[in-house]
Amino acid sequence: MAEGQVIVGLEVHCQLDTKSKLFCGCSTDYRADGPNTHVCPVCLGLPGTMPVLNKRAIEYAMRVAKALNCTVLQESEFSRKNYFYPDLDKAYQITQYDKPLAEGGYLEIEGDESGEKRIRITRVHVEEDPGRLVHMGNAERGKYSLVDYNRAGIPLIEIVSEPDMRSPKEARKFLNKLRATLEYLSVFDSEKEGSLRVDANISILGSERVEVKNITSYKGVEKALTFEITRQKSLLRRGQKVERETRHFLEARGVTQSSRSKEQEHDYRYFPEPDLRPLHVKSWVEGIVLPELPDARRERFIVQYGCSLNHARTLTGDLRLANFYEQVVRPDPAGLATLADTWISDTLIGELNYRNMSIDAVDPATFTGLLGLIREGVITDTSGIEVLRVMLDQHLNNQACEKPFAIVDRLNLRKVSSAPAGSETGPVINPVLQSIAEVLASQPGAVEDFRKGKKGAFNFLVGQVMKKTRGCADPAEVNRMLAEELKKEA
Amino acid sequence: MGDNECCFEPEDRYHAFLTTCKKVTHGSGKLGGIAVAVKDNISTQGIETTCASKILKGYIPPYDAHVVQLLKASGAAIVGKTNMDEFGMGTTTENSAFGPTLNPCDTGRVPGGSSGGSAGAIAGGMVRMALGTDTGGSIRCPASFCGIVGLKPTYGRVSRYGLIAYANSLEQIGPMGRTVDDVSALMQVIAGYDRHDSTSYDRPYTHTPCADIKGVRIGIPQEYFGSGVNPEVAAVVNKAVGRLEELGATTVPCSIPSMEYALAAYYVICTCEASSNLARFDGVRYGPAADSKKSWHEAYQEVRRANFGTEVRRRIMLGTFALSSGYYGKYYAKAQVARENVKKDFTRIFADVDVIAGPTMPTVAFRLGEKSDPLSMYLTDILTVPVNLAGIPAISVPCGKAEGMPVGLQIMGRPWEDERVIDVAYAYEQGCL
Repeated sequence: MAEGQVIVGLEVHCQLDTKSKLFCGCSTDYRADGPNTHVCPVCLGLPGTMPVLNKRAIEYAMRVAKALNCTVLQESEFSRKNYFYPDLDKAYQITQYDKPLAEGGYLEIEGDESGEKRIRITRVHVEEDPGRLVHMGNAERGKYSLVDYNRAGIPLIEIVSEPDMRSPKEARKFLNKLRATLEYLSVFDSEKEGSLRVDANISILGSERVEVKNITSYKGVEKALTFEITRQKSLLRRGQKVERETRHFLEARGVTQSSRSKEQEHDYRYFPEPDLRPLHVKSWVEGIVLPELPDARRERFIVQYGCSLNHARTLTGDLRLANFYEQVVRPDPAGLATLADTWISDTLIGELNYRNMSIDAVDPATFTGLLGLIREGVITDTSGIEVLRVMLDQHLNNQACEKPFAIVDRLNLRKVSSAPAGSETGPVINPVLQSIAEVLASQPGAVEDFRKGKKGAFNFLVGQVMKKTRGCADPAEVNRMLAEELKKEA
Repeated sequence: MGDNECCFEPEDRYHAFLTTCKKVTHGSGKLGGIAVAVKDNISTQGIETTCASKILKGYIPPYDAHVVQLLKASGAAIVGKTNMDEFGMGTTTENSAFGPTLNPCDTGRVPGGSSGGSAGAIAGGMVRMALGTDTGGSIRCPASFCGIVGLKPTYGRVSRYGLIAYANSLEQIGPMGRTVDDVSALMQVIAGYDRHDSTSYDRPYTHTPCADIKGVRIGIPQEYFGSGVNPEVAAVVNKAVGRLEELGATTVPCSIPSMEYALAAYYVICTCEASSNLARFDGVRYGPAADSKKSWHEAYQEVRRANFGTEVRRRIMLGTFALSSGYYGKYYAKAQVARENVKKDFTRIFADVDVIAGPTMPTVAFRLGEKSDPLSMYLTDILTVPVNLAGIPAISVPCGKAEGMPVGLQIMGRPWEDERVIDVAYAYEQGCL
């Protein structure tokens, strides 16, 4: 590795999307409800209660372990991680320590350098989420804090990577790929608030490693790492040392901040949880059949729909997007595959991101309808984008959502065509031709330039015609007809 | 099934109870109408449960322990909560934050512990049966000191759900009573699988005691009659073993060499587990609240320092130390090896014999205040802790007197053979009528 090389490893915590908590029967669907409404003696850690393991959570975790190519251990066990904190009702977290569920796997991502890159997975283990503190005022100066135990006992999976990533971008890609994999496995819902938490270990080759905690979003990982690299490099440049420490990421400000030293002196005094028996899941894991995963689906999209590698990667990189694509093309795979591929990858995603909207906001059948209008030449690509924007804005503003066809009619976006519409009622002047004639008449200078052989003049004239037809003309047709008209005039 | 109501207001001369129930309901069933006392570390819905600790003063559990549910279903009348050493940590019940229980056989002496209140309530004639818990002898010791019967069941035979944990891997809830029959009847009600306790097994107890012990082979471990055991106590127990031989059993001398490390292993394991179990008592949700003006960790320290007793604080500190980074291998891991060796010794001996017999305690009940230093107190657990390390069943049944005080005969059995230790105890009891 080169001097100054950035080295990144991630510890990713994801909430497993089970119906009930890890050690009791309480519902995990707490987000819409008031504080301390999804609790029982067990997840409140009342004296005398005992954990009973949720088998579904273990099955979910084994799916993940298998998908990440890990070895599931012959025997794994739960341990207690002891520390005092008001959100931790038992004063210990039941987690896995020296006998995790699985070890030694990998996840392939698109590396910074060309081609796929393997990021090694150190271990996968299961643990319970603690509760949550709600500070009245801010944490330092507020008068008091309230504790909400709704989250206490939600199953978490912790996935620890080796320090195999070399840039914030690779870390982001790893996280995106991991999220996609977990969603394909139906064990994780990335849309749920607080369902992801990341700790990142980051160092510059030859210097101490810094742990950045409290990253709670996908974008945050890239931001935190970029900040941290800049900070560490500028320390080194000034001849200072990078301290080995734990820092917190302050999402709102996009910076990392050193944690108070007290928090680093934790001795968690791990020991095996005596109230749970060791886990023997080897034969169970062998019986688990995995669904199609992102890589396999990507290859299938290339073969089955003729998607380009990049588009296939984009489409299959998100379960919802991949499902959306397949739903859109289902009515006519042969006719829609390529059109849908380009429209979703190049246009729709951008429009959604711009509005901070999820793909769930778009109805696949409606989108198929829109593509149909474009494909049949009813509207141009430009009008298609306009229709799409109207559709998304209506959804965003909670307005009644019109069908694409209705939008086309209302905004009079039908393609202006040389083929006369409603020709039975008599001679119809071709609107494109008429526009061309008007442009040629009003722009004698440009016509003159064209005659002198200026290429740009032709493009200018095309633009003027498109403007006159409000984008409703087919650009190829305008090109052809304009060339013909100019020839005639000559 | 008409529920009946009564009022339990005994003259508690021995301070056996921490709480007595003014309004007791009971039904019909196996234990219909029988007064049963429950040790104060077993959760009872709506009835204060303190573990004899100031830190839990005022804590009223919102749920019943599994065994309490079973008691209620059997028609038993739960009449009160009995005194104990704070969180079960002690051998005399003097470590109760609310004052000691006195031994009904001699009120100048301790009843043993930690289930001293349960033993005192039975020996004092206030209840017929009681639930105790046994982590390192806490049922058998007070049974021995008060002249009653107490069984520590096989680990996993009785659900621990609702038992406020002191040392999870060692402790069991068990029945205490005046007679083996009563202990057996109570065991019938409380044993069996509970889905809330992952360490419980589907091994219900449906046995009726049988006094025929012809051909039963009894191992007599030399360590149970050696140095440290009061000779008078040893003599009484020897005589009792002789009585078992007269009833048709044969005796075989044996040895448990791992006992040398058993006590050390026991105190490492139980303090480690306790340090973690008791960490949740921080004044936020139970017990006296801390000064809210302080930072949370200062408030925790203040509450814990002020409301845990000396012995509890000592054990929390010992356990915290033993689990600390760099010491785990030296203490906790080593203790587990010693524990395995104890199990192996029992397995080896039980290949040749059906039960093992010896004294329950090396002495009779101490005088109040007699055991003032913790180490000499710990040493008195030497004959009871091997059973907890191995998870096997053991019973203490009265077998005579030394220095005018009751002596207990301890019968230990193979795992899941609670029935057999009950039978041997029953044979002895019936044979001495």
